[in-house]
Amino acid sequence: MDYQTRRLLVDRMMVFLCGAAAVIAMIPLISLLLYVLIQGIHRLDLTFFTHLPTPVGVEGGGMGNAILGTLTLMIVASVVGLPIGIMAGIYLSEFGKKNKFAWMVRFTSDVLSGVPSIVTGIVAYTLVVRPMHGFSAFAGGIALGFMMIPIVTRTTEELVKMVPHSIREASWALGVPQWQTILAIVIRTAKNGILTGVLLSIARIAGETAPLLFTAFNNQYWPKSLNEPTASLTVQVFTYAISPFKDWQDQAWTGALVLLMLVLTINLSAKLFFKNPRSLLR
Amino acid sequence: MGPMIDEVQEKDKKDKNKVDSTDNKQQARKIVVAHQDADGTAKNLKMKAEGVCAWFGTKQALFDVNMTILEKEVTAIIGPSGCGKSTLIRCFNRMHETVPTSKFAGDIFLENTSIFDPRMDPVVVRRRVGMVFQKPTPFPTLSIFDNVAIGLRLNGVRDMKVLEGVVEKSLRKAALWEEVKDSLQKAGGALSGGQQQRLCIARALAIDLEVLLMDEPCSALDPISTTKIEELIHELRQNYTIIIVTHNMQQAARVSQKTAFMLNGKLVEYDATEKMFTNPENKLTEDYITGRFG
Repeated sequence: MDYQTRRLLVDRMMVFLCGAAAVIAMIPLISLLLYVLIQGIHRLDLTFFTHLPTPVGVEGGGMGNAILGTLTLMIVASVVGLPIGIMAGIYLSEFGKKNKFAWMVRFTSDVLSGVPSIVTGIVAYTLVVRPMHGFSAFAGGIALGFMMIPIVTRTTEELVKMVPHSIREASWALGVPQWQTILAIVIRTAKNGILTGVLLSIARIAGETAPLLFTAFNNQYWPKSLNEPTASLTVQVFTYAISPFKDWQDQAWTGALVLLMLVLTINLSAKLFFKNPRSLLR
Repeated sequence: MGPMIDEVQEKDKKDKNKVDSTDNKQQARKIVVAHQDADGTAKNLKMKAEGVCAWFGTKQALFDVNMTILEKEVTAIIGPSGCGKSTLIRCFNRMHETVPTSKFAGDIFLENTSIFDPRMDPVVVRRRVGMVFQKPTPFPTLSIFDNVAIGLRLNGVRDMKVLEGVVEKSLRKAALWEEVKDSLQKAGGALSGGQQQRLCIARALAIDLEVLLMDEPCSALDPISTTKIEELIHELRQNYTIIIVTHNMQQAARVSQKTAFMLNGKLVEYDATEKMFTNPENKLTEDYITGRFG
């Protein structure tokens, strides 16, 4: 066949292969979602969200405390991780362009994001659980907060860098001092993007199990204070899944389903923010 | 209306044996004397640049510029690209020092006080000497109202009535009130280019400054918006001192009372606009104005 036809055929074939590769790449995700959905849906009802776990064989158990616990831990982690992460991100983008110190901060942040989550958990155990003589939501939140910091720092830095320099100059020309320029103008301009980074980091830590094993541990009752072991969806699913009871294993599937829905919701809302890039700067 | 360019060209043919005055000091003295008598009316000195030199790293951008700006007048700075006009104007409100590798020598006075005086906070200088940039930069996430009010808000003014009053006054002064009075909550970035630039002018006027620096304010705009802004400059002149940098010589001729011509970082000539465009003293000025280069 002639050159033109061969080129056309190669082109079509490559398009087909790329499409096929995309479909294949989606198979694990879709099959995962479907499988969890099928396994977990039949025990998904209101009691699951509102009831405490019951002993094996007793009807009406739920994971209400675990869901509440996960939300609590997310809040504590945000309190720990967000201020540090956002301020570090602002420092790096506003003051840290050619600075040796800024380079060290960036490097440390990158290393921290690569630390295995169980190591973070053990560190939090040594730093918080031992001195406090007990497991707590504080410890769990701190461990998760450590994991949030690198993500939030990086995203904030990138987003603040994207604010055009002309905006800063316009603000300086109005006689606004540097710190106010950053807080009132630059951050406000970048806030959508920063929010996206925050949501993504929260989604990431919502699904962490290892750091919670030694810090928040687990709890079969409603959380009463931050200073006691706290149940979380991830640890509860783990506990139930490795148990020998079918009833609990079913509940584990449902727990996994709820967790997956939570993470997907957060991720999707972050992506929707992100969908229109100009909405980051509006 | 300024002088027509063909008039200048005619004069050019007649003045072939112009003496090239190369003595800078003499030139400077002549310039200082000349414009103090310019209008016949006594005008106060608003800003003065003395021996201004500026560097970006090791590259020198301004060489010993001396200039006096009289109040409530429009002074235009013209010259080819890269001659240092923007650098000079950015020195007037201490924006030059925001560039990391910048260096500065000489002095600039705002009504008898040096703006580099250790007691003078650059932030305070910038509140008295404001700036409008080439590309309109309304703050994109703020509404029109917030854009104009931001200068005051960040200075601690909280009273809504005061803010509303000032916003209306500034928008009227910037000839934008009629067009936006019903949509003050719309985002600042949703206006057209010319409207955005007028919004930036309103924003600068809201903080009640004394001198307005304009760095090629119309180069990114269409002719109709340009006309509107030139008319605006004409009205603003009654209350504010304006220094405008422009590429467009006809614009300089239309709006200004004094014009300065810069070349390669040096101030070549500085005189009344009429005189500059009809009978310039320096041959370089003549060459530029008649279009032989630049």
